[in-house]
Amino acid sequence: MAESFTRTNMLPALPPPISERGLVKWARENLFSTWLDIFLTVAAFLVIGWLAWSAFPWWRNSVWNAGSLAECRQVVAAAAGEGAPGACWAFLRPWWGAYIFGNFFPRDEWWRPVLTFGLLFAALAPVLFAGQKRNLTIVLGAVTVFLVLALYLASAPGTAFVIAMLLVGGLLALAQVRSDRLLGFTVVFPFICFWLLWGGSIWAPIVAMAGFGILYAVFRLASPHIGLAPAAGLGVVVAVVWWLFAVAPVAQAIDSVIPLGLPSVNSDQFGGFLLATVIGVTGITFSLPIGILLALGRQSDMPIVKTLCVVFIETIRGVPLITLLFVAAFVLGFFLPPNSDFDLLLRVLILVTFFSAAYLAEVLRGSLAALPRGQYEAADALGLDYWRAQRLIILPQALKISIPAIVSSFIGLFKDTTLVTIVALYEPLKGITAVVRQDVNWKGIYWEPYIFVGTIFFVFCFGMSRYSKYLERKLKTDHR
Amino acid sequence: LGEKQGEAMTLASDMPTESFRLSMLVFDTRYRSYTIQAVVLALFVMAIVWLGYNLDQNLDSRGKELSFRFLWQRAGYDIPQKLIPYTNDSTHFRALLVGLTNTLVVAFFGCVFATILGVFVGVLRLSNNWLVSRLMTVYVEMFRNVPLLLWVLLSYAILTEATPDPKDFRVTDEMVVAGEAPAATMKLFDTVAVTSRGTNFPAPLIERGFGSFDLGFMSLNLTFLAIISVIAGSIYANRRILADAKAKQEATGIRPATWWKSPLVLFAPIIALLVALGLHFEFPVLAGFNFKGGLLVAHAFTALLIALTLYTAAFIAEIVRAGIQAVSGGQTEAAYALGLRPNRTMSLVVLPQALRVIIPPLISQFLNLTKNTSLGAAISYSDISGTLGGITRNQTGREIECVFLMMAIYLSISLTISMAMNYYNSSVQLKAR
Repeated sequence: MAESFTRTNMLPALPPPISERGLVKWARENLFSTWLDIFLTVAAFLVIGWLAWSAFPWWRNSVWNAGSLAECRQVVAAAAGEGAPGACWAFLRPWWGAYIFGNFFPRDEWWRPVLTFGLLFAALAPVLFAGQKRNLTIVLGAVTVFLVLALYLASAPGTAFVIAMLLVGGLLALAQVRSDRLLGFTVVFPFICFWLLWGGSIWAPIVAMAGFGILYAVFRLASPHIGLAPAAGLGVVVAVVWWLFAVAPVAQAIDSVIPLGLPSVNSDQFGGFLLATVIGVTGITFSLPIGILLALGRQSDMPIVKTLCVVFIETIRGVPLITLLFVAAFVLGFFLPPNSDFDLLLRVLILVTFFSAAYLAEVLRGSLAALPRGQYEAADALGLDYWRAQRLIILPQALKISIPAIVSSFIGLFKDTTLVTIVALYEPLKGITAVVRQDVNWKGIYWEPYIFVGTIFFVFCFGMSRYSKYLERKLKTDHR
Repeated sequence: LGEKQGEAMTLASDMPTESFRLSMLVFDTRYRSYTIQAVVLALFVMAIVWLGYNLDQNLDSRGKELSFRFLWQRAGYDIPQKLIPYTNDSTHFRALLVGLTNTLVVAFFGCVFATILGVFVGVLRLSNNWLVSRLMTVYVEMFRNVPLLLWVLLSYAILTEATPDPKDFRVTDEMVVAGEAPAATMKLFDTVAVTSRGTNFPAPLIERGFGSFDLGFMSLNLTFLAIISVIAGSIYANRRILADAKAKQEATGIRPATWWKSPLVLFAPIIALLVALGLHFEFPVLAGFNFKGGLLVAHAFTALLIALTLYTAAFIAEIVRAGIQAVSGGQTEAAYALGLRPNRTMSLVVLPQALRVIIPPLISQFLNLTKNTSLGAAISYSDISGTLGGITRNQTGREIECVFLMMAIYLSISLTISMAMNYYNSSVQLKAR
C-alpha cells in the first residue's frame, strides 16, 4: 500500500513578515513608501525638529512673575545661563484686565461684562440645542459654574452674585420643565445685554422693548381689518414713532418715580476682547436677518428691489472693511442729523453689520440658487404665499446647506473685529498690545502678547468651525 | 339637467371681466409688486433726500463744501516707498498715484506667492505621507483661524526688532586685528543686507538707456517699454513655434524638436537686449552708519507681503485640496487604463477638471488679498489707504472726498480683477451644454 504523504492537519499560520505588520508596515506605507515620500518625511522631521529646537527652550524657561521685561531677562539668565532664550509671560499679570475689558473699563464694573458673557451662552443654548434637554442642562450648568468662578475673580458685589444665580437657576429650572420656553430668554437677552454693558436706567431698555409689544399688538388688532402686510406696516410705523418720540420721556418719567439702574459706562471705555466680542456678536446677530432680506431681494423679480440690493451688496463687497470703518469714523457723522450723538462704537457697529450682511447675502444667494427649482414650484403648488413659502420651504433648506459658509463668514467677521484699531478703538491685537509695548517696563516685547492674543482668537474661531462641522452632520437629512 | 349644464357653461365662460380697482394694488398678486416697488423707491428716495439734507446742514455748520480741487494742491509730505517719481512738492493726486502703485505691487506679488505656496501646501495636504499632511493641516488651521492683522503686526515686529542695526555690520580695524567677526553679516553671498531699517537688495542698473519720451501729462520710459515689448514678442514667438509643432504633429505624426527653439526664442533676445543696455547690479555697501546703494525695501512692504502670502496661501491650499478631491477617482483610473503615466494623468486629466472647481473661489481669494492690502495702514505702509485715506485726509480735512475716492478706487480694482478672472474662468469651463 502506497504511503500517502498528504498532510491531514493544517500548519499553524505564520505571522506576517516584520515588514508587513505593526509599526513597521504603518511607517513603510505612510512615511517611506517612495523616494519622494522619504525625502518629504525627512524634510518634515527637520522642520519639526528645528521648530521644537528653537521653541522648546524658550517655552521651558518661561517667566510668569516679574515686574518688567528687563527683570524677566535677568530671571532667565540666572536660571538658564546668559543668553538663553526665555518667554516672558509676566506682562499678563498687570495687563490681563486690559486685554479682557479694555484699559479704561472701570474695575468695579468688571462683573457686568462677565455676567453678560455668561448669559450670552445661556441665550445661545436654546438656539443651538433646540429642544435637547440634556444639552441645554449641560450648557446652563457650565454657565453657572463659569459665572460663579468668573464673578468671584472679578470681585463682583454680593447683589450681582444673587441676581446672577437667581437668573441662571430660573433658566435651569425652566430647561427641566418647559425647555422650549427658553427661547423667550434669547429674545429679551439683547436688551439685558445692552443694559448690563452700557448701564444707565433699567427703564430705557424696558420701554424700548415695549415698542415690540406695541408693534405686535397693533399687528394683531389691525390685521383682521386691513390684511397682514398693511397691518405689519402700520405696526412698524407705530413702533418707530414710539421709539423716536416716546421712549426717552417715558423712560425718564418712570425713572424719576422708581430710580433703578447701573452706573453708565461710555462706549469709548470698552476695549480688549470685550470690544471684539461686542462688535462680533452684534454684527453676527443683526447681519443674519438683513443678509437674508438682501439675498431674497436679489432673487426677487421686482427690478427696483433687485437693483438696489445688487448695488448695495456689490459695493460693500468690493471695498475693504477698513474703508467702511473710515466711513464710520469720518464720514457717517456728516450724513446724520446735526447734533445727534451717535458715538463711534455705534457707528462702527452699523457699518460692520452692513459689511457682514452683504457677505451673508452672497453666501445665501448661492444656496438659494442651489435649491432645486421643484422646491419653489412645489411651494407654489401648495398655494403658499411668498413669505410662507420662504419661511416653511425655501429658507430652512437654504440655510441648512449654507451653514458651513455662514459660520466661516462669522469667523471672518470675528477676526475682522481687530481692524477697528484703525479708527482708534482699543481692540486686543493692536490697541491693547500697542499700549503694553509702549509701557516703559515692557518695551521690546512682541512674541508673547501676539501669541497670547492669537491663541484666544484661535480657540474661538477653531471652536466655531468645529461646531459648524457638527451642525452640518446633525442637520444632514439626505441618505448617503 | 341640460338646462342646468348650459347655465354652468355660460357661467364658466362668462368670467366677469374685472375692471381695475385700487384695492387690487394691495391684494392682487399681479399688481402687488408695483405697489411694493413704489413704496421701496419712495422710501429710498426719502432716505437719500434725508441724508443729503443732513449733509448739507452739517457742511454748512462747519463751513465746508465738497470739492476735489485739493487733489491739485501741494502734498508736502514724503512717502518712503515710491515706484513713480514723487517729492513732497508733488500734488496730492500724485501721492494718490504713488499709494495706488504701492497697493497694486503688494497685491500682485501677494497673489503670485500665495498661489504658489497655496498650491504646494494643498497638494502636500493630500499626500499619503502621514507626517507631511498633518504638518500642512496644522499650518492651514493655524493661519486660517487667527486674524490677518496678527500676522502683519508680528512679522513687522520681528523684522524691525529682531534684525541687527546697520552699525552691527561694521568691521573695524581692531576687530580685524583681533580676528573678531562683526555682530551681523549680509545674506546670500554678501548681496542682501537685512537691517532694522529695511532690506537692501542689489539694484539692477543700466548704462545706456533709450531715454524717455514726454507725453505732456506723463513721461514714458522707453527702456522699460523696450524690455516689456521684447519679452512680449518672445512669448508670442514661442507660442507660434509650439502651435506650429502641434500642427505638424497632427498632420504627420512626427513632432519637430522644440526643446532648443523655445528657450532660445524665450531667453536669447532679452539677454541680448540687457547686454546691449549694459545691465549691471549695484550692491549695497555699508557707508558710515547706514547701507548705501542698492534697493532699499521698507520692512512695512516685506511684512505685509509675508503676512498676506502666508495667510492667503492657507485659504488657497484648502481650495486646491477641495478642487482635487472633487475630481472623482474614476477619472484617474480611466486615465491609467488608457496607459497614461501618473504625471500626464495629473496634467491632462485631473488638473483641467480640478481647475474648473478651483478658479471661482480662487478669484475671490485674490480679491480678498487685494482688499486686505489696506491692512498696511496698521504698520504705516504707504498704500492708498495710507496716503489718500491717511495723510492726505488728515492734512486737507476733506474726509468725505478722500474716503469716497478711496472706496471708488478699491471698487474699480475689485471689479477689474473679477472681470479679468471671470474671463479666464469662462475659458476653462466646459464648452459643451
